[in-house]
Amino acid sequence: MDGQHLTKVVLLACGSFNPITNMHLRMFELARDHLEDTGQYRVVKGIISPVGDAYKKKGLIEACHRLEMARLSTDSSDWITVDPWESLQPEWVETAKVVRHYYKEMLEAEQNTDDLDTVKYAKKRRIEENHFGASSHQKKDGLQLMFLCGADVLESFGVPNLWKQEDIDEIVGRYGMVCITRSGSDPHKFIHQSDKLWKYRQNIHMVREWVTNEISATQVRRSLRRGRSVRYLLPDGVVHYIQEHALYSAESEQRNAGVVLAPIQKNTEVS
Amino acid sequence: MATCRIPLVLLACGSFNPITNQHMRLFELARDHMHSTGQYQVVGGIVSPVSDGYGKQGLVLAQHRIAMAKLALQSSDWVTVDEWESQQADWTETVVTMRYHCGRILKEYEQSTGEHNDSSGNPSPLSSPCPQLKLLCGADFLDTFQVPDLWLDDHVEEVAGHFGLICVSRGGLHPEQAVAASDTLSRHSHNIFLVREWVRNETSATEVRRALRRGLSVKYLIPDSVIEYIHQHNLYTEDSERRNKGTVLRPLAKQATQPGKSLDD
Repeated sequence: MDGQHLTKVVLLACGSFNPITNMHLRMFELARDHLEDTGQYRVVKGIISPVGDAYKKKGLIEACHRLEMARLSTDSSDWITVDPWESLQPEWVETAKVVRHYYKEMLEAEQNTDDLDTVKYAKKRRIEENHFGASSHQKKDGLQLMFLCGADVLESFGVPNLWKQEDIDEIVGRYGMVCITRSGSDPHKFIHQSDKLWKYRQNIHMVREWVTNEISATQVRRSLRRGRSVRYLLPDGVVHYIQEHALYSAESEQRNAGVVLAPIQKNTEVS
Repeated sequence: MATCRIPLVLLACGSFNPITNQHMRLFELARDHMHSTGQYQVVGGIVSPVSDGYGKQGLVLAQHRIAMAKLALQSSDWVTVDEWESQQADWTETVVTMRYHCGRILKEYEQSTGEHNDSSGNPSPLSSPCPQLKLLCGADFLDTFQVPDLWLDDHVEEVAGHFGLICVSRGGLHPEQAVAASDTLSRHSHNIFLVREWVRNETSATEVRRALRRGLSVKYLIPDSVIEYIHQHNLYTEDSERRNKGTVLRPLAKQATQPGKSLDD
């Protein structure tokens, strides 16, 4: 297969990363392997975008720590990066806006490189977009941004007031998703049961995780509170950082207790 | 009044083909658990890779498995790799490995207490007892006791009764059932410590080898240094997985030649 025709992909993962774990990092590796295995894509970059403190999730510690832990954990990766933009915004930012932001940035970065024949590709994409209609991807010059997440995020599309319908349309319809399955969830069924997701099913890349690796940050925090080891669940640098700064105590877990999650707050106000 | 905790060394035997984060996690979980009983103080951990004579399919050379384990444990301040078992001419029964380490620990203990003895050779009042050795394993290991001819009854008695087991459960396996299914294990259930791993992490070496064969990433499942080593030496290919194919596992071959073996089917 001619390398010139591979679509370049940037993977974007949003989340609390409270803290980042080996499982989060593994998601990127799995997604890359899966996409490249189709022979249609080349994954060029991964972006970890920790949510801002204004998200108001229970137990969410300061963004500065979550950013630093994410940075430590990606030290040994040559393609996964951490971006503070989202966490630096004063208000909570809808995921769709975050995706839009990084998509724009990706295009701008690409324009600054010389190795693309923009005229030839723009024409080709216009033809393809007209052909595929509703499921057309925002693909400019063989470049695509895809939203990377676990199956639990996909299923959270069903939680009332957590997502705006037009945002789901945008993320899944216009950009595309790579979704890593977790045992105990049946994401195919979830897609099947949602007319909206069913419409965009071509844009949802499901990746089966054969090596069950459900290192939930919630359980990691619980172990830390109880003085139990979390070594080998998180990168060593992150374990040290947590110990050094004494993050994750019973106190930190009570942060935002009783506070309404920012997206729900926002979406219920609008009505 | 402070109770004296029994010092404990954890021994994990296995293929370590290759060592994974999950293997190392076993030690962490076991240590936390034994400390929380209030009765033990874990003072050391030993990874003892099996010798090539084991004859398991896909087993790469011991020299590599040892090297990888050493790389993985470089950053650990309490778990070490021991080569004795891998250096023995033939495959060694688990109980023999345990006896070896127990003897070694006792000798070291006697030497160090000897240094602290008073002039009449009495141990100083501050010295703690000799560390005990227990076998650390995953729940699937308990099931192996049920495999016909894999274990000698006497050995199961010794491992469970004399030494003791710390068994970390994995995913859907239920170690309590394995204990209940065996008369010998049931008799020594007080000496079998079951540790529940709540974080479902089924990183198995088998899956890691499979991913490597297929050129898929295993980053974050095993340490970076081990990944590098594997690539440098081109371990874990389709060829390596075929190694020992058709060979009878050494313990089964050995047990079959034992006199007085039960002929029950």
